Amino acid sequence: MLLFLLILLPVAAGLLAYLGPAPRTRNALLVGTAALHTAGVALLWRRPGLAAAGGWLAVDPLGLTVLTIVSVLFLAVATYALGFLRLERQRGGRVFVTCLLGFLAAASLVALAHHLALVWIGMEATTLSLAPLVFHRHDRRSLEAVWKYLVLSSVGIGLALLGTFFLASAQVQGRPLILEDLVRYAGSLQPGLLRGSFIFLLVGYGTKMGLAPLHAWKPDTYGEAPSLVAGLMAGALTSCAFLGLARAVSIMTAAGQSEFMRPPLLAIGIVSMVVSAAFIIGQTDLKRLLAYSSVEHMGILVLALAIGGVGSYGAMLHLINNGLAKGLTFLAVGNVVIFYRTSEAAAIRGVLQRAPWTGVLLIVGLFAITGSPPFGMFVSELTILGAAIRGGFVWLAVIMIVLLAIIFVGMARMILDVAYGKPAEPGEPAAESRSLIAGPLVLAAIVLMLGLYLPAPLRAVLGEAARALGGSAP
Amino acid sequence: MQPLHDVILLLVVLTNFWVLGTTRLSATIRATAVQGALLAALPIALYPGFSPHILGLAAGTFAVKAVLLPYLLSRAIREAAVRREIEPLIGFAASMLLGAVAVALAFSVAPRLPLPDLPTRVLVPVSLSTVVIGLLVLTTRSKALTQVVGYLILENGIYVFGLSQVERVPFLVEIGVLLDIFVGVFIMGIVVFHINRDFDSLDSTRLTELRD
Repeated sequence: MLLFLLILLPVAAGLLAYLGPAPRTRNALLVGTAALHTAGVALLWRRPGLAAAGGWLAVDPLGLTVLTIVSVLFLAVATYALGFLRLERQRGGRVFVTCLLGFLAAASLVALAHHLALVWIGMEATTLSLAPLVFHRHDRRSLEAVWKYLVLSSVGIGLALLGTFFLASAQVQGRPLILEDLVRYAGSLQPGLLRGSFIFLLVGYGTKMGLAPLHAWKPDTYGEAPSLVAGLMAGALTSCAFLGLARAVSIMTAAGQSEFMRPPLLAIGIVSMVVSAAFIIGQTDLKRLLAYSSVEHMGILVLALAIGGVGSYGAMLHLINNGLAKGLTFLAVGNVVIFYRTSEAAAIRGVLQRAPWTGVLLIVGLFAITGSPPFGMFVSELTILGAAIRGGFVWLAVIMIVLLAIIFVGMARMILDVAYGKPAEPGEPAAESRSLIAGPLVLAAIVLMLGLYLPAPLRAVLGEAARALGGSAP
Repeated sequence: MQPLHDVILLLVVLTNFWVLGTTRLSATIRATAVQGALLAALPIALYPGFSPHILGLAAGTFAVKAVLLPYLLSRAIREAAVRREIEPLIGFAASMLLGAVAVALAFSVAPRLPLPDLPTRVLVPVSLSTVVIGLLVLTTRSKALTQVVGYLILENGIYVFGLSQVERVPFLVEIGVLLDIFVGVFIMGIVVFHINRDFDSLDSTRLTELRD
């Protein structure tokens, strides 16, 4: 029942919001649904193993982790949206709120579905629900962005569907495409079709994650979409896509195919980190900078899966840190865009002076997203690097450290310039309303906490998720 | 006399070449409508016996792929001044040739995929070649509308492959997939409409403002 509610409640609220109540009611609907959803997810933590609809929907450590990221990030984004929509009064917030809630429903479906075709349906729905929001400004640039986003993600996800069908035809035992049965009878899966299926799923869900060289849509889409939408994409949508890939990985490991998976995962991960480092150096736009940073972190996640062992645990921890820190930075940059009306770094100086809260959040976001201590990402990156060295991938650890350093320098240079630099002409102090600050502030507090202290239940769930991926807890 | 399902599969391949060879945008839309109708008939031919599951799938496919989507696409270009694909990145003859290569490759690769209990041996190669031709149309044509058609062909190829699993995948899932594709093309249609209005052209090659 609870599982159905988590998916259907946002659908119902989204429909209600579309029927056109007063903006105040609509906003209450958005934040209320987000809060209820988070409360529902909190309940799930107390009831592991809950299942419904004949095993089609179920809670498992992997899905629960992703669902929690989505829900917490969505709550932060929803409160932020109140402040954002107030400033955009001329454009109907109706479609905006409905699409956001539709995304929440679709992402919950992805996280809870244990039927792989259902996972696909949810994933396609997440893509589509955010498309109208990318086109929010209705100008030529956003038109180009939404076109690239739609075409590339649709083709990618189409190939993932082919991979899903391949998986169904590889199966001889158990209920078709039910995750538990795929893992239980993994030994009987037809190896040729299974491998083909993995490649298609990697390309398909990899496109949605934005792994290089399948990332072409990402900088344009994140650059043109409203910042809170880009934050939701970089934090929640990519986590859902990662979950799709993780499902495939857990089936492959159970079938004893880890050796087949490793080379493509390593290659695509390294290429992603190299591409993002290359484009972060010399980047001129704040939002595109964050988009390439997202390519980097997706690369790290895939590398962690390839390393295996404690690396899988590191991947899960990194997933949480990335999801929340990306939300934080995009919302902070969103404020900057509101105050300066541009995301061109050259035109933005002295944020700390003009908007002190935003400036601090921006700097905190910079250190959180580049994996500096004391933030959570420092711990997860250290875990992954340690797993690489112990697993005999010393060369990989060296490459990663060099690229991480390059990326840190590139990002720090732009963001510190923007925060501290002297403005050409002093602007009046910006009006930082509470709803524009509260969401990113809470996200910052969580990523800071994750760097200092990991609650025992969270640690346990991450450990179990790592075991499902064929790895182990530290 | 070939069995009916093989004839339908052959016709699906022919509609692919229809799209590859034609210059008129309206003809590509008509070709997808015909292909949609063929795909709707395919499950009935493959699994005779008129079970509600198969009939529902056929009806849903017909409604979405043969009627709704072609209608939406022709509405999207109703006001477009350009009705022809003028300069594809790869010429028409060359792309027909590439299509033929794709079909030949698909037929030579398919026997290596050991699919259990398939009703026909042509299904997998037709599916794979349709996927490749869809990708070909998507990447080599410059009109936004033709690219949507390419995406549809790609999805149709995947659908044909899915038919080999139809008894194992529940009806609900098929409807969900159809719905997703419908909404996807619906949104793409709206974007095509805007591209047409804002750029006075259906050329997606004009979308070049965003770059690093």
